[in-house]
Amino acid sequence: MSSLLDAKDIKAYYRFSSQFVRAVDGVTLNIDYGDILGIAGESGSGKSTLGNVLMMNIRPPLQFMEGRIILEGKYDLTMMTYQDLKSQIWGRVIALVPQNALNVLIPTRKVQDFIIDVLKVHQKLRKKDAVQLARQRFQDVGLPVEVLIKYPHQLSGGMRQRVVIAIATLLSPKILIADEPTSALDVSTQKQVLKMLLQLHVDNIVKSTILITHDIAILRQVAIKIGIMYAGKIIETAPADQLLQTPLHPYTRGLIQCVVTPEPEISKRGLTHIPGEPPDLIRPPSGCRFHPRCMHAELICIQEEPPLTFMTNHHMVACHLATRWQACSL
Amino acid sequence: MLVVTNLQKIYMSGLLRRRRTIAVEGVTFSIAEGEIVSLVGESGSGKTTTALMVLRLLRPTAGKIEFMGQDIWKISNSEEVKRYWQKVHGIFQDPYAAFNPLYKADRILYQALDLTLNKDNNRLTTIREALHAVGLRPEDVLGKYPHQLSGGQKQRLMIARCYLLKPKLIVADEPVSMIDASSRAGILKLLLELRERYATAILFITHDLGLAHYVSDRILVMHKGKIVEEGRPEDIINNPQHTYTKKLISDIPLIMKKWDEFADFHLKTKG
Repeated sequence: MSSLLDAKDIKAYYRFSSQFVRAVDGVTLNIDYGDILGIAGESGSGKSTLGNVLMMNIRPPLQFMEGRIILEGKYDLTMMTYQDLKSQIWGRVIALVPQNALNVLIPTRKVQDFIIDVLKVHQKLRKKDAVQLARQRFQDVGLPVEVLIKYPHQLSGGMRQRVVIAIATLLSPKILIADEPTSALDVSTQKQVLKMLLQLHVDNIVKSTILITHDIAILRQVAIKIGIMYAGKIIETAPADQLLQTPLHPYTRGLIQCVVTPEPEISKRGLTHIPGEPPDLIRPPSGCRFHPRCMHAELICIQEEPPLTFMTNHHMVACHLATRWQACSL
Repeated sequence: MLVVTNLQKIYMSGLLRRRRTIAVEGVTFSIAEGEIVSLVGESGSGKTTTALMVLRLLRPTAGKIEFMGQDIWKISNSEEVKRYWQKVHGIFQDPYAAFNPLYKADRILYQALDLTLNKDNNRLTTIREALHAVGLRPEDVLGKYPHQLSGGQKQRLMIARCYLLKPKLIVADEPVSMIDASSRAGILKLLLELRERYATAILFITHDLGLAHYVSDRILVMHKGKIVEEGRPEDIINNPQHTYTKKLISDIPLIMKKWDEFADFHLKTKG
């Protein structure tokens, strides 16, 4: 069976006059039915852009350069017109919960009225049916129905985030792309939001989720697969447990070591961080893009770009020195 | 050095039907010189309100805040207030909001210098030293506008101010929650270094108990405006007493272990 979504070598750049910011620069990934794919990376690594590009939500100054995005082995999203994407794909097949989702709701509209507007655009639903659908879905995912007749300011941050996720998935999309859904929330609320994302799978409302975050510990809790993004490229991808237990790329290892959780194994290590700043994507570094910040960098890392290669069955990494890291644990 | 006694803040809202919201109630704690105390709690627990009152930016409804023996809300003349802000310095959550986008980013350093009595001509040298201390290369940030800098760089600039002012107490309200995980530790280390060098005390405000346990000498857990538990970091993490603290700890996403209910889920979907 073909995978649900297959992205091949996609490139999307931001264009500012004659300069290109290479935010997504040759990303290949696939999402199977039932997957929860976590994309992790620093700010400026292109992970939010990737989320938008995967559903072909391309707005200037972002430009799609090349690549294929194949849905269920049949449709190529990159060939579809804006009108078709809007009427057939967005919300129905692929839905996005954007990064600032807490502010998506309109302050002067009740949640219910907002939903009516959204459904009018996407499905030409009548008011009564829209409300009926929303009520049913809110009950299914465990949100209080009273929320529907409230204004956004009457809801807490966590509730607003869950409401936005519920609205994004009203039409039962196959793929949900959630961009930093937990970043502005405190730990207890984070857990509720993550629980809801899993519940959507259990209830078969969504088939697959792409979760974009900079917090590796959160991915540990929910992701089945993880891809690490750096400077517009996926530099390592593996099943979640494998990636966290035997990370191979020095950047991934660095990210994992930055985690500050109250666990004895982690506390022993103390505070660590990755020195330096993410590179300028107008003129990305030569060779391996991580080389200026990598303490193991050798001549080849500066000269040649490492391809993403299979190290074991499901574990891919883009590092010239990867075999070396296989031998030593974190 | 800082003694807070029975602090209370009630927000009033509404014109006709006055509604009272008790944000902080009966909060009592103290901070010694060079001590790092964390105030941990969820959003709405009153931790930022407490911070604002300690910074003398928000007047308490009741209670007393004494700094080096002086009641800070009894200070009235502006010179003395200025001197207080020189000794007690705030670092806030959002480094993006702390800068005026129309001015160059290094302006905040010159402003900090204006607060000190240092009026010599070596301002640039002093600033360069401070930038080095916070791990920034002067040529990377001097003369740049805020939008040209990353969040981490901006937060480092805010800490560079502390190196110029050498405050006695820093009130850091979620200083790393908007910073990438990869740079967080770097920022926290700067605060620890500042303590090493100048015996600066820090009131560290966060929702992340994990983070708090790395940096503090003492943790205060705040819930619904009250301090519900206080102790050394290891004791709080390993042996929490209050039900709220227990919940807070169980909700922290760990990297070595999956939450039980989540592990079940993954089995369900695979099967």
